[in-house]
Amino acid sequence: MGKPMKIRASVKEGMTEVKILMQHDMETGLRKDADGNLIPAWFITEVKAEYEGRIVLEAQFGQSISKNPYLMFMFKGGSAGGKVKVSWVDNKGDSRSDEVTIS
Amino acid sequence: MNKEIDLGRRKALSTGGIGLLALFGGASLLRPSEALAEWNKPAFTSKAVDEALSSLGATNPEENSAMIRLTVPEIAENGAVVPVGISTSLPKVEQIAIMVDKNPNVLAAVFTIPEGSAPEITTRVKMGKTAHVVALVKADGKYYQTSKEVKVTAGGCGG
Repeated sequence: MGKPMKIRASVKEGMTEVKILMQHDMETGLRKDADGNLIPAWFITEVKAEYEGRIVLEAQFGQSISKNPYLMFMFKGGSAGGKVKVSWVDNKGDSRSDEVTIS
Repeated sequence: MNKEIDLGRRKALSTGGIGLLALFGGASLLRPSEALAEWNKPAFTSKAVDEALSSLGATNPEENSAMIRLTVPEIAENGAVVPVGISTSLPKVEQIAIMVDKNPNVLAAVFTIPEGSAPEITTRVKMGKTAHVVALVKADGKYYQTSKEVKVTAGGCGG
């Protein structure tokens, strides 16, 4: 199980703004450790955000996304008190889901 | 509380055992094979922008800097964390992708924008050296792009 995400969701002018900070090393597979050995690639490949069961964003990531990925997006129709759920999976099959209440 | 139970029940009904596990385990599980579109390996292992475009089915996208706003810093002191914002006034946006033309794997991310979500994304990418960040937008079945150069003073992909 991956480390918890920080998620903020708030309604602004009819749109729900979602900010996500995931905790993940996002190793490219191109870096070497102190002994000169390649550090294997390890990165989030897929992200999904849902509002009350409806998909509001899907993403596929490559190695070029920064360590501890940040994501901001907006969707229509969310209301305060509703729940936004964000899930990711990485290339090793690890995953994480977190949920936040819209403020 | 009632609402939560109801959602749990609906989830249990739609996904069977996994939903029940989520309900009773108190934690949501996500199976990699479920619900998400398959990761586009050919696109994400592309070594050049043209190769990535072709893997995405986006050969020869139309240049459109007027309707795609790409927000990147002119100079990035730290290539490991370069903020990238993309928004567009193109109608019927289906997809937004970010590429860095000089990175070993050029494609950074592909976002699928469902109806009702804004065609606007902000994230952060790694840049190994000074390069162009390319914003690719699929709108109403057609591909459009714009790009900007970011000067990197310390790369973000080295050891």
